[in-house]
Formats: sequence, C-alpha cells, structure tokens
Amino acid sequence: MAWVLRKWIFMGISCDSIPPGGGGVGFRMVTVAGPPTSGKTSVLRHVLRHLTRGGWRIGVAKFDCLSTDDAQAFLADGIQAIQGLSGGLCPDHFYAGNLPEVMDWGTRRGFDLLVVESAGLCNRCAPHVRDQLAICVLDHLGGVKLPRKVGPMLRRADVVVLTRGDLVSQAEREVFAIHVKRFAPGALVVPVNGLTGQGSPELAGVVKELARPARSVSDSRLRFSMPQAVCSFCLGETSLDRDHQAGNLRRMEIAT
Amino acid sequence: MTNLETLEILPGRDREGQAESFGSIRLEAGDCLAVVGPTGSGKSRLLADIEWAADGDTPSGRRILWDGAALSPRQRIEGSVGRVAQISQTMNFLMDLTVREFLRFHAQAHGLEDSGLEEEAYGESQKLTGEGFSPDARLPGLSGGQSRALMIADVATLGAAPVVLVDELENAGVDRRAAMALLAGRGRMVLLATHDPAMALSCPRRLVMGRGGVRGILEPDPDEGLARGELDRIQERIELWRSALRSGERLRVHPGLD
Repeated sequence: MAWVLRKWIFMGISCDSIPPGGGGVGFRMVTVAGPPTSGKTSVLRHVLRHLTRGGWRIGVAKFDCLSTDDAQAFLADGIQAIQGLSGGLCPDHFYAGNLPEVMDWGTRRGFDLLVVESAGLCNRCAPHVRDQLAICVLDHLGGVKLPRKVGPMLRRADVVVLTRGDLVSQAEREVFAIHVKRFAPGALVVPVNGLTGQGSPELAGVVKELARPARSVSDSRLRFSMPQAVCSFCLGETSLDRDHQAGNLRRMEIAT
Repeated sequence: MTNLETLEILPGRDREGQAESFGSIRLEAGDCLAVVGPTGSGKSRLLADIEWAADGDTPSGRRILWDGAALSPRQRIEGSVGRVAQISQTMNFLMDLTVREFLRFHAQAHGLEDSGLEEEAYGESQKLTGEGFSPDARLPGLSGGQSRALMIADVATLGAAPVVLVDELENAGVDRRAAMALLAGRGRMVLLATHDPAMALSCPRRLVMGRGGVRGILEPDPDEGLARGELDRIQERIELWRSALRSGERLRVHPGLD
C-alpha cells in the first residue's frame, strides 16, 4: 500500500491506472476497524453516500460481537449490506474465517467496492488485508492515550480517521494527532465529523484514490497474524482452578 | 507556530450553482474576518473549505490559497489539525490534569517546554475570564468560561496553527473582544462565525453568507462605529449586572442609587 500512497501523492496517479491483482474478484476492498462506538458506521454512511452519488455499486459487510443493527442503517441508505455476529467465538477468528464467503458475495453482486467493517475485535488483532486499503477509526473522546493502546488495527492502517474532534480542546486534538503519527507514521490522518459529515467528502476522495482492486481469496492474506492462544478457555472452560487449565497459557510474573 | 503570511479565498458558487461575485478575499497575519448569516447559510461550509484547504473540489467549488498557492493533496488532508485551530462552545477538556500540567503537556508535544510560553498562556487566560483560577486547578473543575479562556489563551500562545476558526462563542463567559485581540495580536488569522453584533463589529470586515454562498463583504461604516459604542455601553452594563448577580446583590437600573 505504501507505494500506492506515494504514487498518488507525488505523481497524481489514480487507482484506475493500477492493474488488478491476482484472480480479479471484480471489486475494490477496504477494511474499516476501530474500537466499539468510535463512529465507524456514521463515518461510513457519509462517505458511501458520496461514493454512490459518484455511481459506485457498494456492499457493506459488518462484523460485530454481540449485537448490531448497522446493516439496517446501510440498507436504509440504499446500500446492500450483510452482518455477522461472532457470538461465542473469538471475533477475530470468526471474521477471518468468514471473509472468503463475504468476498464471494461481493463478486456475485458485482460490487465496485466491498467495505468490510469490524467492531469488537480485540486490540491484539487487526482485520486489515494486505494490499487492500485499511482504515482505522479512532474517537477523540477515548483520550490522548488511546493511540498507544489500539495496536495493529491502528499501526497497520493506511488511513486513520479521527472522530468527535468537535468535542475536545484544540490542544488535545493536536496531541492526539501527534500520538497517532507516532504509532502509524505512514498513515493519512483524516478528521471527520460523523454527525455533520464534515470531512467525509475528503475521506471519500481518499477511498476513491487509494482503494485497490481486491485479490482473489486464495491470494489474500491478513496484514497481522491472529493470536495463537488455543487453551481450555477457548473450549468453553469456566473454572479458574489451575488443574483445569490446559493449552497455550502464559503466567504473569508478579512480584512477591 | 507554522509560518503563514497570507490566506486567500477564491470564489466558488452557492447552493443554486450561482457564481460568487467577490474577486478574492485575502487575509494577513493578525487579520480578523467575521462570518455572518442565518443557520444553513453556508458558514460551516466556508469554514470547512478553509480547514480542508479546498481546491475547487468541495461542493462550493472555492479555492483556498496558502501563501499564494494551493496545497498538495497530502498537505491538505494531513495538515488540517496543525494548520487550522478550532474553538467552539462544544469543546471540553478530557484530561484530568492541573492547568499547569496541561500547558506543560501541550508545550512538550510541540517541543516548546521551558520556552516561557506556558506561563504566558496561563497569564493570558487570566485576562480573559472574570473568574480567575489557579495554575493548580484541575481542568475538569473549571467552569465553562474558565475552560474557554484557557483554550483561547492556549491556542493563541502554544498552538501550532496560524489560522483559528472561532464558532459561536456567544455566551462563553469570557471577555470576547480581549480574546479576539489576543489571537490577532499573536499573529493568528481569525475567522469568526457569529450572530453577536459586538463580535462581528470587532472585525474590520465581515462576510455575509446566504444560500450557501458569500452574498457580500461589509466593512463597518461610521454609523456602525456609533452602534459599536452603544454595544460597548450595553455590554459594560451587562457585565456590572453579572458581577452584582454573582456577588449576591440586587440588580438596579441605576446602580449606586440604593
């Protein structure tokens, strides 16, 4: 992705001139991640409105843990949308395991753009896919320490969208942006107001320029590996008894 | 502060597609431009055009020139936080720091610690509010007016942005005219969206917005100079009543006749 950024910025080349990779699934793909209630859906609804006005056919797949009605919101905007709830499963694995089906859906429907939105993934993980535009949405109200705590969904992102900047002081906005830059040095930082949509035409422009034709499922890889914590708790164990623990567990070192 | 000599607004079109009739609007360091018009008249779009350094590609079609040139796409998207500061009624401090710690924190972020600017920012904040506060006061405990005073003083002294957008600072409990003078005096360019006559007249020019476009540019005329004097007297009286109210006194039309 870095080279696309550079090309766009320094040579003014749009994605239309970049050849599709691999099997040619027919759509461009963008992953949108961020902590719960950071404003992902609000921001996306504004951005997708600009893109549909520009004639793009768009599908949204929303991944969440426990409950969501966001697909309804997209459908109300006339955008095709599906949603998946991980429920009792690890949300990260649920997401990665279902992405191939979602991509097949995108091909069947003939989308120009497939947006994969995920909330509730743990901060250890990131849904971003190699060579596909990766967006991270962060809320200023999370405080200036938030960028440090978010992990790979921020660090492996190409674009970082900052929401609710209208509610915090200018000083905190400035420091927040400096911290974001520290953890995602190459990323574009785009402030957007999810309520009024201010900044969304600009973000739509970024998506238009940077979203790349997706690779086939078999050629697609995550940017960041999933955790390897396969333990008794993953299998439904609830007892805290040490004798019941098995598998990949790591003990903290706690001073006496 | 990022260096900026001039900011220029080139005309676009209003919501109905009519071309705006001004040639160009040029601001220099220390300039103040009021933006007036009813809700929905296009004030926010204009301020957003400036924040994003529009280059003919926003709904208004306006172009914004920074020191005579359009910014590159990357500068436009990336620089908006450091280029344009915003102060509005809705902003809050989230951090649980003392005033002193907060100013130190902001100064450090810009590599400005031990520059003396922290003390200056605190000193300026005390000139803007009727209710002084200690440098050891905690941010969450500040009143709305005290917070606004600190934000304005902080943006004026420690902020990185050469352009400041001030939105509806009507009843903030700060000395608004002193605030404008402070921002402009520090070489910032101030754009002020307001419905307040005293605020609007405190700028040498005001843009009148309507139907999404700039309808006209007015400079205060001699009659408005008189109006401004009248507004000052009214304002002074309100301040007297306000401080009487605060200190538990009764309000009197003719103070001192009790």
